[in-house]
Amino acid sequence: MKDVIEGRAWVFGDSVDTDNMYPGFAMKLSLQEAATHVFYNLRPGWTGEVAAGDIVVAGRNFGVGSSRPVAQLFLELGVVALVAEEFNSLFLRNSINFGLPAVTIPAAATTIADASTVRLDIPGATIEPAGGGARLMGTPLPEFVLDILAQGGLLPKLAADGYLPVAGAGR
Amino acid sequence: MSMTIIEKILARGAGLEEAHAGDVVVCDVDMTVLIDLQFATLWKDPTRIADPDRLAVIMDHAVPAPTIGDADGGVRARAFVRRFGIERFFDVGRHGICHQVIAENGLARPGEILTCTDSHTCAAGAYNNAARGLGPIEVYSIMCTGKTWFQVAPTIRYELLGAKPEVVSGKDIFLHIAGTYGDATNHNLELGGPGLASVPMNDRRTIATQGAEVSADFTTFPADEICLDFLQERIGERPEPVEADLGAAYAAVRQVDLSELTPWVARPGKVADNALPVSQLERRRVDQCFIGSCANGQIEDMRVAAEMLRGRRVAPGVRLIVTPASQAVYAQAVREGCVETLVDAGAIVTNSTCGACFGYHMGLLGAGEVCITASTRNFKGRMGSPDAEIYMASPRTVAAAAIAGEIIDPREVLG
Ligand code: SF4
Repeated sequence: MKDVIEGRAWVFGDSVDTDNMYPGFAMKLSLQEAATHVFYNLRPGWTGEVAAGDIVVAGRNFGVGSSRPVAQLFLELGVVALVAEEFNSLFLRNSINFGLPAVTIPAAATTIADASTVRLDIPGATIEPAGGGARLMGTPLPEFVLDILAQGGLLPKLAADGYLPVAGAGR
Repeated sequence: MSMTIIEKILARGAGLEEAHAGDVVVCDVDMTVLIDLQFATLWKDPTRIADPDRLAVIMDHAVPAPTIGDADGGVRARAFVRRFGIERFFDVGRHGICHQVIAENGLARPGEILTCTDSHTCAAGAYNNAARGLGPIEVYSIMCTGKTWFQVAPTIRYELLGAKPEVVSGKDIFLHIAGTYGDATNHNLELGGPGLASVPMNDRRTIATQGAEVSADFTTFPADEICLDFLQERIGERPEPVEADLGAAYAAVRQVDLSELTPWVARPGKVADNALPVSQLERRRVDQCFIGSCANGQIEDMRVAAEMLRGRRVAPGVRLIVTPASQAVYAQAVREGCVETLVDAGAIVTNSTCGACFGYHMGLLGAGEVCITASTRNFKGRMGSPDAEIYMASPRTVAAAAIAGEIIDPREVLG
């Protein structure tokens, strides 16, 4: 994981739920196919626009809903980090455990312009327009959570600790 | 320093004297539940696990397997159970929705910590347990190591007053809370107070289950005599309850007078800040009515459905789908005649599974259809087409809609 990343921000509103990102019907599909349905209803066509290195920014209560592994779909699409004004705690843990950084930064969704390029400092929990502008400060993740991210998520950590037959299994 | 119920349970799990909002604690997990979906995707057999006696495997979301992928998951689950000697295995035939099976078998006990992949694991908070959903990778990790971490959230206390009228259920209490107070993201809920004595265990479980819909971390009840009686019947002992300390710090204390509540309904999309008394909703015709899920597929829900439909019929053009939450509930509903009453009235009684609740393998909605459900979620697209509308209410209100063909206050049908 890079500590500071620059990428294009896609901005969403409040209470975006998991079923909007990983609809029930997509659970029958392969990861590649399922990934083409992220935000299928909120923002049709988005999966054709998002590119490797992009960042998803959302408002309050981001990811309310089920434990389905939405982070895998974001990773499949090349999304490198999630930022929200407030995360549902299950969604936040689920993302981090898959190795996808999830950073809480108040006012992010109302301040960041959609499709603009931003600079995100993951351990520092700050975001700002890449071309200069106000820097928003958030709540840094605890050190051991950053460690999980540094290892690429929980599975590589379990593999390193000898719980899995093959290192890095299951992405 | 005084603690809330959840702070006490997490402190005990972490081997600490105290835990308070804001603390990060690493806890031993007493029971971990793996579900079928876990084996259908992402699964790799581990080299070792923490403790087969603190593990249960429950086949629930997609049984009997509707896809080859799910069937292959079943093969992997059975092989895993054999290899590690997991005794608590609820295979197809002994199955049920995991939160129902957890309750029936006393897998969630007062003062203990229970985790499972599924987001409605908070259901077990009805039994004075710290239970929550954690996602497939984390649950896998707990299976291996026996531990995980929690950041202790501040707790909101609901003080229940008065006595619940017969026509009001746990669903109505929950919809009232969600509709009135909105989200509780990154907070725990604790319910208690003198009114709790009028809320039976099935209703407590509905409320605890649906804590997920207001985005709460843990939702927990005290273990009163009603709860201890329930547990004694299932585990043959009276466990030690965990009570909140006097003077525990709450983020908010809110009073709910149960005696004043009426049947409630949530409008489509979400429940937080989106629910109202059914009597205030404009009349809305319905195509499909669903009574089931981990929240409301309990035997008490089967009884309410049968009581409402006895001598009445499902309205023409309406589908009423009833899904008992487990094989045990199914068998009991057959023995009590609920199934016969429902089928005679034109309802469909299905196998015990998640099914229609999450729009995966049966009972899906088409574009333009209107559904009223007693399940857990009314997100857009949850039960099929994103162009369908999903209202949410109690089994009694759902049954009333099935009879009337439109959403009405169940007291009008009972009239
Ligand atoms: S019944 Fe619905 S909410 Fe409950 S566990 Fe199954 S899919 Fe989830």
